[in-house]
Amino acid sequence: MLRAIAGLARPAKGRIALGDDTWFDAARRVFRQPDERSVGLVFQEYALFPHLSVRQNVAFGGGARADEYLERFHISHLADARPAVLSGGERQRVALARALARDPGVLLLDEPLSSLDAQTKALVRVELQELLRDFELPVILVTHDFDDAAALAGQVGVLIDGTLRQLATPQELVSQPADTFVAALTGANLLRGIARRETDELAAIDLQGGERIYSTDPGQGEVGVVVYPWDVTVARVRHADSALNVIAGEIRSVARVGSRVRVQIGPITAEVTAASADHLELARGGTAFASFKATGTRLVPFA
Amino acid sequence: MRRVALALGLFVAVAVSLGFLLLPIVALFTRQPPSELVHQLSNPVVTEALVVSVKTSAVAQALIVLLGTPTAYLIASRRFFGRSLAITLVELPLVLPPAVAGIGLLVAFGRVGVLGSTFDALGVNVAFNQAAVVLAVAFVASPLYVRQAIASFEAVDENLIAASRTLGAGPVRTFFRVVLPLCAGGLAAGGALSLARGLGEFGATIMFAGSLQGVTQTLPLAIYAQFDRNFDIAVTISALFVILTAAILLSLKVSSLWPASRQTSRSLFAHLSSS
Repeated sequence: MLRAIAGLARPAKGRIALGDDTWFDAARRVFRQPDERSVGLVFQEYALFPHLSVRQNVAFGGGARADEYLERFHISHLADARPAVLSGGERQRVALARALARDPGVLLLDEPLSSLDAQTKALVRVELQELLRDFELPVILVTHDFDDAAALAGQVGVLIDGTLRQLATPQELVSQPADTFVAALTGANLLRGIARRETDELAAIDLQGGERIYSTDPGQGEVGVVVYPWDVTVARVRHADSALNVIAGEIRSVARVGSRVRVQIGPITAEVTAASADHLELARGGTAFASFKATGTRLVPFA
Repeated sequence: MRRVALALGLFVAVAVSLGFLLLPIVALFTRQPPSELVHQLSNPVVTEALVVSVKTSAVAQALIVLLGTPTAYLIASRRFFGRSLAITLVELPLVLPPAVAGIGLLVAFGRVGVLGSTFDALGVNVAFNQAAVVLAVAFVASPLYVRQAIASFEAVDENLIAASRTLGAGPVRTFFRVVLPLCAGGLAAGGALSLARGLGEFGATIMFAGSLQGVTQTLPLAIYAQFDRNFDIAVTISALFVILTAAILLSLKVSSLWPASRQTSRSLFAHLSSS
């Protein structure tokens, strides 16, 4: 998709325009060459020119303000270095500076964080966040990691098999996923069941595993049930509280993810703090109760 | 015991094969005392052959580079109808016997050849003069350059070309600012090979250009001509040839020691060393 916007690939149909400036129109046979489009494209593996210095790279698209951009990206000290000796984070800064030095109309970022190791990634993500705030131009970022998208983007579009499933803010994607695909992408629990209306406010869902849960969403027939791991509370004994939904099950797995622990209880995965996990003595093979509120249970059409 | 026998056997095999390659070359220089060798270099047969060789090879090489480079780039960068045929055609002179190439050139460009009457009308005579030598040399040596050029161009990371285009450089600027610098090493290697091959061309040259001393008699042709007349001169020219070719190969080795521009695009896990 980014290549099509940049003019490196030619779609079969459609229209690409920046404001009033049409770059591609299949119907009217308009096709602007990439060098005639005002884009800044940062490639996944940066595509820095290995035979040029950092300054020469940044100045490639029209060099008057190269030094200014070197300053701005904190890479002035690397001006005469060759790309081969730079670290991943440094290369990304050069690639960004190079793309932006041209003053493009739109910035295209292709998986900007995926060629970095885990440690660098976290740091660079923060840098990128600040950067994107500073520059006032439209940015289109492509990533397969929802967390990255949520951290960096104002609007997120979910593309699966070439179709746009949903276009919304990250919060809306989490709270109101359009379908099971979007829900799976955002890291939710996805259960399957048959729903019917229980009361005016509640729908009852009979899950595949036989449990009965409730949701404040309307639903009928075959549905996908979306519950986020961090909305699930874990207990070793059944106790009464406001949560309508309780699933009892065997602890299938306990996995530490940073400072949090993901526990799979029966069909559902809960996320708790490491301290809680230790306190509750959560371990494989034991039994536990996963409870979550009907208000936190989303129903989506099962595609 | 077996290991010693094996090691010995290997050593003998290597010694024999290297010796086989080295002996004829060394013998060229040891047959006469060096002073005699140097004295004979001033013989007009030698000097005129050297001039013809250098002139014609230089012109041929220039033609090969000027015409071969765009051809190679086109073949390397585009998939077009008939591409495999074009590649085969470009590589054909490599496997064609030089004598066959010579006859082919005669029937194409000679006075009684396919284009002969056209050339005649234009007042151009192509066969049996230095132009003929240039054509013969270019014909047999071009595949060595073009093949290498195609390989070099194909090895350029497509993303670099794409990056250059998105940064506002058109196809021509991209070629000169990105592709050419990155391929310089490969192209130089191809050029050196084609130059060495062209200098040594015999069959096609003698067929198409004849062996006229001072006009079309290149170094290899001179060796052949002097072979039964003045053997010592033949040896001298051969020795000179070895030095020339060695010089070309050496310059190639030296140029390949220059820092190569490594592809830096592919780095899956780059670590942060400084922020």
